[in-house]
Amino acid sequence: MERIPILAMGKALLITIQVDMHDRLALALEEDLTNRIASTGARGVLIDISSLEIVDSFIGRMLDNIAAVSRVLDAETVVVGMRPAVAITLVELGLSLTGVKTALNVERGMALLRSQCATRRGTHDHRRG
Amino acid sequence: MTTAEGDVFAIRTSQDVVIVRQEVRARAVKAGLGLVDQTKIITAASELARNTLDYGGGGTVVMEAIEANGRRGVRLTFEDHGPGIADIELAMKDGYTSGQGLGLGLGGSRRLANEFFIESRIGEGTKVVITRWK
Repeated sequence: MERIPILAMGKALLITIQVDMHDRLALALEEDLTNRIASTGARGVLIDISSLEIVDSFIGRMLDNIAAVSRVLDAETVVVGMRPAVAITLVELGLSLTGVKTALNVERGMALLRSQCATRRGTHDHRRG
Repeated sequence: MTTAEGDVFAIRTSQDVVIVRQEVRARAVKAGLGLVDQTKIITAASELARNTLDYGGGGTVVMEAIEANGRRGVRLTFEDHGPGIADIELAMKDGYTSGQGLGLGLGGSRRLANEFFIESRIGEGTKVVITRWK
């Protein structure tokens, strides 16, 4: 079965979804990503959806699940590049992705992950100290 | 109102749901729908195709290019011969699901369409028709 590639960059995992995913492919991504976070100890996950022409309730739920699971595994998720028409449609559909952090593009998404990780590291150090 | 001959597509696998999205997109572009309207009808089609597959046990969608009062549009008719919906009013409510979904499919696709029609009989199946005008 085809898979969505997951790239590692430092302490972050990068995913660019470039195909129109069928439901099983989306579920496989959720599972692969969870395993990769656990095996690499990644602190951040960046998902670029700028190629997606639509986000329906299934993909929306996948993004929500990924964010929730990675949080439990001590990693932050940022979804970047959502098209304006997709955002309008998603809200009208009834999904506002309240559990998911979003950024306009990859650059801002990486900046957000860096600041999140820095803050959390600070908190951890404080606890340890 | 004029209706062009509709094209019928089978919905049997999750890959068919992807094909439905692509075919609806091609028709929405051809009907001259703007980007937001295209996105809305494709998203609604994706929700309804998944319902047909997951709750109806598979079925078909008929895609038609329509025209009325100088306006063009796309009409989609989803039909299955599954168990049917006992309480349509309840099924239309956001958050209600009889399965694993989020319960946004029917209510959400009604909001994303200009016209929405649903008919269901227990033991016979469900038919949902949506239209999006330019």
